[in-house]
Amino acid sequence: MKQKLINEFKMNLLARSSNESFARVAIAAFITQLDPTIDEICDIKTAVSEAVTNCIVHAYKEKLGQIYITVRIYEGGNVMIKIKDRGCGIPDIPQAMEPMFTTAGGERAGLGFAVMQSFMDKLKVVSKVGSGTTVTFTKQLQLRGQND
Amino acid sequence: MGCKIDCVGEVVTAYLDGEIDHHTAKGIREEIDAAIERNSPSLLILDFRDVTFMDSSGIGLVMGRYRQIKLTDGELHVTNTSPQIFKVMRLAGLDRLAVIDKGGKVR
Repeated sequence: MKQKLINEFKMNLLARSSNESFARVAIAAFITQLDPTIDEICDIKTAVSEAVTNCIVHAYKEKLGQIYITVRIYEGGNVMIKIKDRGCGIPDIPQAMEPMFTTAGGERAGLGFAVMQSFMDKLKVVSKVGSGTTVTFTKQLQLRGQND
Repeated sequence: MGCKIDCVGEVVTAYLDGEIDHHTAKGIREEIDAAIERNSPSLLILDFRDVTFMDSSGIGLVMGRYRQIKLTDGELHVTNTSPQIFKVMRLAGLDRLAVIDKGGKVR
């Protein structure tokens, strides 16, 4: 069944680490119109933070590319967030999604996708080496007032 | 994001503050590691009382400090984690590496 779109928000951001906090706060603010719980907001902020950090650390590395973010909210409280880059792409998506796998070294935990998977309902990753990666995740919010 | 550090005897306590993400983790790590270097503590306490947000960069931070402190046979305690922070830590299995307490509540 196709859900009815209520609202949409799009933004582009430079892949600067100082924008990680801005991206998650902006998206959280947009979603407040659905009256989410604190836990739901925390889950979404954490997943967004992981996806945006991936664009900065992995997709663009030393470059300053654009991060393209789309957020849609649907009737019934479903939230869709798409975070896209035009960076280096992921050669092996299943490997990249394995917990503790990282190519970044340093103190990256290799848990970005694991967090997105665990904190959101659905996660889809589409990537092409040399063209970029699109991460889409959705979460169904519990609509208060419509519960028992 | 800041970090206040207290040293009492062989115990170093780092009071983390604000948001921990990829952007802020480096500065915090440097401050804590400098304190470990100076004091060679037998116990490092990371206090998350005033941390308002943490993503998996915080996991890297805690695991990295765990490795540092283990080099000198020290111990790591993580205290006052909010439910959101504890959820991220548990996903990474940090509760198997370090003693984590959630603000005095019984688990």
